[in-house]
Formats: sequence, C-alpha cells, structure tokens
Amino acid sequence: MEVVLAIIIGVLYAAGIYMILRRSLVKLILGIIILGNGANLLIFLLGRITKGSPPIIPEDSNVFLSAYADPVPQALILTAIVISFGLQSFAIILIKRAYKVVKTDDLDEMNEIDQDS
Amino acid sequence: MTQQLVIYPLLLQLFLSILLMFSWKKISWQRVISIVGGFINIGVSLWLFSYIWENGTQTVQSGNWPAPFGITFVADTFSATLVLLTAISGLAVSSFSSASIVVARLKFGYFPIFHFLLLGLNGAFLTGDIFNLYVWFEIILISSFVLITLGGEKAQLEGAVKYFTLNILGSTIFLTAIAVLYGLTGSLNMADLSLKVALIENRGLVDITAVLFLIGFGIKAAVFPLYFWLPDSYHTPPSAVSAIFGGLLTKVGVYAMLRVFTLIFVPDEFLINTILIIAFLTLISGGLGALVQNNLRKVFSYLIICHIGYMIAGLGLYTEVAIAGAIFYLIHDIVIKTNLFMISGLIYRIKGTNSIRSLGGLYADSPKISFLIAIALFSLVGIPPLSGFWPKLSLLSASFSAENWWIVSAILFASFITLIIIAKIWANVFWKDKVELPKRLNFRYFHKLTTVKRSQMIGPIVFLTLVSLYIGFGAEQIQQVSSRVADELMNNQQYIDAVLNNNQNLN
Repeated sequence: MEVVLAIIIGVLYAAGIYMILRRSLVKLILGIIILGNGANLLIFLLGRITKGSPPIIPEDSNVFLSAYADPVPQALILTAIVISFGLQSFAIILIKRAYKVVKTDDLDEMNEIDQDS
Repeated sequence: MTQQLVIYPLLLQLFLSILLMFSWKKISWQRVISIVGGFINIGVSLWLFSYIWENGTQTVQSGNWPAPFGITFVADTFSATLVLLTAISGLAVSSFSSASIVVARLKFGYFPIFHFLLLGLNGAFLTGDIFNLYVWFEIILISSFVLITLGGEKAQLEGAVKYFTLNILGSTIFLTAIAVLYGLTGSLNMADLSLKVALIENRGLVDITAVLFLIGFGIKAAVFPLYFWLPDSYHTPPSAVSAIFGGLLTKVGVYAMLRVFTLIFVPDEFLINTILIIAFLTLISGGLGALVQNNLRKVFSYLIICHIGYMIAGLGLYTEVAIAGAIFYLIHDIVIKTNLFMISGLIYRIKGTNSIRSLGGLYADSPKISFLIAIALFSLVGIPPLSGFWPKLSLLSASFSAENWWIVSAILFASFITLIIIAKIWANVFWKDKVELPKRLNFRYFHKLTTVKRSQMIGPIVFLTLVSLYIGFGAEQIQQVSSRVADELMNNQQYIDAVLNNNQNLN
C-alpha cells in the first residue's frame, strides 16, 4: 500500500509541475490542483497508514491497547483541502477574467507589464 | 485581563473586518472605522509589546489544550515587535488608501479585505504551531489576491496571474515540507519540534526538509532565484496596496525563515553556506535589477529584493551580532518600504505618471513635499545618523569578524547601488527641468483634492518618516530591542520553556 501511494504521489508531483510549466492558463490551474492533491496524499502517507484501528480507547481500559491510526494528518488534510478549494475557485475566476481582458490564454503573450513605463 | 493579551491583536482585526463587512455600502463609515481601528490597534500592540518587554515571553494555549497537543500562540519580543510594526504600517496605509484609492474600488470591499490581511499578518507572527503558520499564510495569500486584482485592469490581472501561481507553488512546497516534518517527528508545535528534530539521527533527511522550508519561505520572501514574481506584480495595484505588500508581505517570509532556522533547524555548515550564497546573489541581483528600471515603483520593487538580502545575510552569518543586525534592518525596512510606496503613490497623484524619464521639476513645484521625501530617501540609503545606517554597521562588523569577504563586498556593493539609485531618482524626479506632461482628463490630480484628502495622504508619510527618524536617532533603544530578540532567537531554550512549561501553570 505504501509503495503504491508513494508512486502515485511521485506521479502527481511530476504531472503537476509539468502542467505548471506549460504556457496555457487552463493547464496552469490543472497543474496547481494536481500538485495540491499530491501534497495532501503525502501528508496522509507520512502520517503512517494504519488499517482498521480507529483512535478510540476501549471502555474497560485507560490506554490504547494496539497501534492506532493517527487522526492529526487527516485533520491537516481536511484543512488543506478546504484552503486549496477556496484558492482554486478564486484562480479559476481569475483566469476567466484575465482571458476576457487580455484576450489570450498564452502566458508568453502576457507581457504588458514588462513594457517600459 | 492580561492572560489572553497575546491574541488581542488578532481578535481586534477580526472584529474590525466583520464590522466593516456589515457597513459594506457605506464607504465613509468604512474609512472612519478603519482609521480609528488602526489607532486602537497601535494601542493594543504597544500594550502587548510593553507587557512582553517587562514580563518575557507569553503564551496562550487555545482551548486550554496543553502544548504540544493544541495550537499555541506565543508572543516573544520578536513577535511583539513585528505586531507593533504591522500596526504602525497598517494605520498609515489605511489613512493613505482612504484618500488615494478611488471609490469604485473601495465599494468592492477593500477595507474588510485589508483588515483580513492584517489579521493574517498578526496571526503569522504570533502562532507557535507550524501548521497554523501555514493557515495564516493562506489567509494572507487569499486577501492579497483580492487586493491585487481589485479593479481588474489589464496589467493588474497579468501581474496577479504571476503572483498567484508562484505564491501558491510556494505554499504547496511549504505544505510538503510540513508533511515530511510531521512524518519525521509526529509533532507540529514549534517548540516541541525544536527538541525532536535535534534527536533525529538521519541528518540528511533533516537537511532536505530544511531546504524544502527554505524554498517555500524563499518564494514568499523573494530571494534570489525565486523573486521573479515580485517586480512583475507589485507595481500593478494602487500604491496603497503596494505599500502594505512591499512593507509587510515579503517580511513575513523573512520572519518565518528567521524563526524556523533558529528554532527548529539549527543550521549546520551546509545550510549556512546555502543561505549565505542566496544572500550574496540576492543582494547583487536585486541591486542590478533596480539600476535599469524606469518605472519608479519597479525600482522600489527591486530595492525590496536587494534589501531582503541583508536580512538573509544576517541569518546566514548566524552570530548574535549578525542576527541583531538583521532584526534591526527588518524593523527599519518595514517602515521605510511602506513609506516609499506611499511616496510613489503621492508622486503619481501630483504628476500623473511614475516614469522616471517623464517626471521632473518636483523640487521647484513643491519644495516642502520634496524635503519630506528626501528624508525618507536618505534614511533608505543609510546616511548616518538616519535609520538605514545602524543595521548595516552591525551586519558589516559581523561579517568582518566572520572574515566572510564575499558578504562584506556584497553588503557594500548593495549600499552603493542603493545610493546611486537614490541619487538618480533625486536628480531625475526632483532636480531635472520640468517635462511637459499631457494633462489627463478625469484624473484626480493632487492639487484638485480637498484639504482633508490631501492631509490624509501627506499625514501617513509624515508619520512614517517620523518613525524612521526615531529609529535613526533613537538607535540605542532599537538596538536594545534587536539584541534582545537576537538573544532570544539564539538561545531558543527560553522559547521552548515558555511554551512547554506552561502546562504546569494550567494544572
């Protein structure tokens, strides 16, 4: 399981970076989304994967009896997902506006700000 | 009453933003609330600072969860100083923006978002939890996206796309670094991390994590190979927005670096060399970039990058004198950079352009304003006894005693470049003969504004110039603050004790 997840995370990071390096604005956003998902999975993996033992102490005991799944990474991922959701929806609106105003989705042609003024 | 003092600046900004959202359509109310709120904020921050100064580091455990299990808010002298500086810049910018930003932009929630930005800044300075730091960074980021795109001009949107992409990439790398760090230690509390990272045997892995943090914060702080988004975006929004960006946003990255690399990752030789090389190249490339620009605000944008190099150099030298120099420079830089961008906005209002070639004759037109601007510019260069001089002295003496001639030469080079640039600006904008500019219709020139508006624009510049003068002439007090901060950063046991030993007080 860990190996599969590690490979998936690697592929997501590579694909995300590749898409960010493309010139098209839409691919840029896709790249950011994919990269964010890779980061979330990475937190999940590095929080150690434990199958089928929720962090609940049994009634007749005061301590955990076996290894339990760490709840913190899941809380972190949840926070990160919410944040990236907000940012991505902002980004999509931004590129839509930028496309309407600049009339291109090619990043190389967005060079008005480099003009000497 | 003073038990929760640490989070009062946060609560105040949150309260102000909510209040401002309730008066969404009433722009004149928003102006009053924002400025009055700015004054209250300075009061609260001063209270926090003086309390910390007398009683040492204070902590608040949110939800009463003892550290390291809950989120801790920590105010040591470093945080308190930066919260105070945020309050000072924040007040200046709220007054300046209420006069200089057109009503059409203010109607789309400029002030609420501005106070959310200040909330994020205060939160980032006060938190003691690394994931919470990430969350505050995102709050800063989303508010700054809105501020940079508000108005939706062509150049603004182009700049925003670049600003957005690189900053979100930086955040993702920061998140990755947190993931790896959590995998290594199983903790998120910075004080606890400091203890646990020191025990890890695989130092190679620790170095890789540290480099991930360095890249993440480096993008935010705009250091050498990662700064290209900054000069492409900072000159596009209204100058009031650039003022708060230039004064505080990049400095959050520097703050995070100083905090993380003194507390969690105590730099080994590899990290020190990396940081020093970055500092050297940042000083050189930022200075050279500023030399060739023609737009006044682009020149200042490159100067931000150049001067970030000083603080990174202070961190890289890693002695108490050097860190104290970096802190002093940080204090000086926040005030002066906010001021510079407001000055460029003032010049834009007077002349209708920011192009150095087309400007001219400002001294003949308005000698009083020119004199005011001259003080700010000379403080930037660091002509003794003005404020830029003292931190450079500490940094130079630290790099001399470390016998690091590369950094010595870079610091001197950057100072000379700054001097040349300021001389160029002075000669072209103020002394050169007046260039006839085409009159812009419907443009709100400075002389057409009402007296109230004019004083709202000049007032903050006078205020920040006075603060700069105080930093220069009261250098001894500022040096005391910076030495104490440097002492607290280098001997991080105090911080750790304050956070972790607080548990006993709760029981």
